[in-house]
Amino acid sequence: MNAVTQPINPAKLVARQQLALQDPDWVRWTLIAIAIGFISLFICLPLGLVIFQAFSKGVAAYWSALSQDDTIAAINLTLLTALVTVPLNTVFGVTAAWAITRFDFKGKSLLTTLIDLPFSVSPVISGFIFVLLFGAEGWFGEWLIVHDIKIIFAVPGIILATLFITFPFVARQLIPLMQEMGNQEEEAALSLGASGWQTFWAVTIPNIKWALLYGVLLCNARAMGEFGAVSVVSGHIRGLTNTLPLHVEVNYNDYDVVGAFASASILAGLAIVTLILKTALEWKQGNR
Amino acid sequence: MSILLSDISKNFGTFAALDHINLEVPEGELVALLGPSGCGKTTLLRIIAGLEHADKGRVLINEEDKTDQNVSQRGIGFVFQHYALFRHMTVFENVAFGLRVKPRRDRPSNDIIAKKVHALLELVQLDWLNDRYPDQLSGGQRQRIALARALAVEPSVLLLDEPFGALDASVRKDLRQWLRNLHHELNVTSIFVTHDQEEAMEVASQVVVLNHGRIEQQGSPSDIYDHPANAFVSRFIGQTNVFDLDKHDADWLQTAGLLPPHSDGKIAHVRPHDILIEKSTADQAAPATLKDWQHLGALIRLELVKNGSNGSAAPVFAEMPNDQFKQLNLNRGDKVDLKIRQAHWFH
Repeated sequence: MNAVTQPINPAKLVARQQLALQDPDWVRWTLIAIAIGFISLFICLPLGLVIFQAFSKGVAAYWSALSQDDTIAAINLTLLTALVTVPLNTVFGVTAAWAITRFDFKGKSLLTTLIDLPFSVSPVISGFIFVLLFGAEGWFGEWLIVHDIKIIFAVPGIILATLFITFPFVARQLIPLMQEMGNQEEEAALSLGASGWQTFWAVTIPNIKWALLYGVLLCNARAMGEFGAVSVVSGHIRGLTNTLPLHVEVNYNDYDVVGAFASASILAGLAIVTLILKTALEWKQGNR
Repeated sequence: MSILLSDISKNFGTFAALDHINLEVPEGELVALLGPSGCGKTTLLRIIAGLEHADKGRVLINEEDKTDQNVSQRGIGFVFQHYALFRHMTVFENVAFGLRVKPRRDRPSNDIIAKKVHALLELVQLDWLNDRYPDQLSGGQRQRIALARALAVEPSVLLLDEPFGALDASVRKDLRQWLRNLHHELNVTSIFVTHDQEEAMEVASQVVVLNHGRIEQQGSPSDIYDHPANAFVSRFIGQTNVFDLDKHDADWLQTAGLLPPHSDGKIAHVRPHDILIEKSTADQAAPATLKDWQHLGALIRLELVKNGSNGSAAPVFAEMPNDQFKQLNLNRGDKVDLKIRQAHWFH
């Protein structure tokens, strides 16, 4: 081989580096086209269709579908569910993240794994667990009937199932962040005479606030959109135990296309707002 | 304010991190806890602070038993190796924190807080940075802010955990000097942890050498250097040549001046500057050969190879001033005579 070393032309070197990192044009364009095509076909098209169907009989029909008593009841129940579950899971998530990242205790890795359980179990099964526990034939069924407490096929069951499904969101956001930050700032605050509570509010919360908001946002989106688990425990009683996702299904099964898609458009709108806020939060976090 | 530790023990599982530590730090001293990594020095500092609790033993600060007190009630100032500044607060707010979290009846007014914070920032010569955030500062600046923050609550003792460990060499040198001067000015009883013997000797008025969770020696820097209590301290503080009498040729030790031993010890530790070198006239019988040398600024370090079958093959290091070395006019490969001025004997 020719072993003579030639002076390296820097321009050539740069060109070579670019080549190494870049696939040929046709590969690039094919991949981009596939990605865009996929998103259009499976995300943008259905979303557009929801809006189109909702307004297929005109704006008046859309509004009248939304102002039906059952629809308003479903919206209210969905809001109530989110209003109860999101704060509870925020408190739980912060507590769990704190315990896992700040203390050493037996069963810590088990707790960390269990937090992920609602993600790994099918929501239908999650709902079914509550039926087994609190249903008429369930473990606590008899006791509940005697004391005239209704959980399954009633609002408490819906809230319980949603609580279960959404509990990982906040904790999952916080644990990696708090692990990475360590606890030296908190130790410093304590050494300066701050109480545990002061340290939490003045040092911990400001450091985790963006991740916390992000977790709360995702938790809220899921609490409002959950179908499977809620479907099992709700009993689908119109105007009483139908959340928005269930209401969409009921309307659709009744061939009330405008009603179904009008309700669906609210959920779709919620998803879009969530996405925008999520992007804004990510941008904010990245810019800190 | 003095610090008194009595019989402190701490285990992590089966590992004894601290083993019956007794230590007294007189008021106003600047004490270094010195030792290799894993010797328990940071654990001991955190126990004094109350960030960790000992399994056994008591911590007294100014004759008050603080063992069962929480870190926030101990009235200590703690400086962390990685600064631990509050990243979402400005420099000003960082320093003001300790004053703002006081209970309402003890809390100074905003004016007094501002005055005090600016005074502290001037003390650490960084008042011009008061509205910056920690991530806009250099490491050295951050550590000075961390120190100002710790001083804001007027702690009875100041505890520093490897305060210069995360800084570059030149900044570290400056800050050492600066910390010494600051301590002179404030005279607050201080303990700092370090694994760097040079740093301990340079900054501290008292050095405590720790190893495997025990105190090996406590004393002034010159005490520890000139009279090491045991072989570990002698090796850890400064450079030393080790001669094991059992493994050396008696003639060689005689010519080097190490026989007869000055005590019943078997192992001699000799500082490089305690070895005197002469160009040898008796070429064959000379005890050592000059292999190489290095410039250490004002000193020259000579690397000598022992002649004959003499214990380990490790070279002997000697040090002498630059001009003296020039006068000797030595070259690589020259035979030299040794004279050992002084040795420390250990078993």
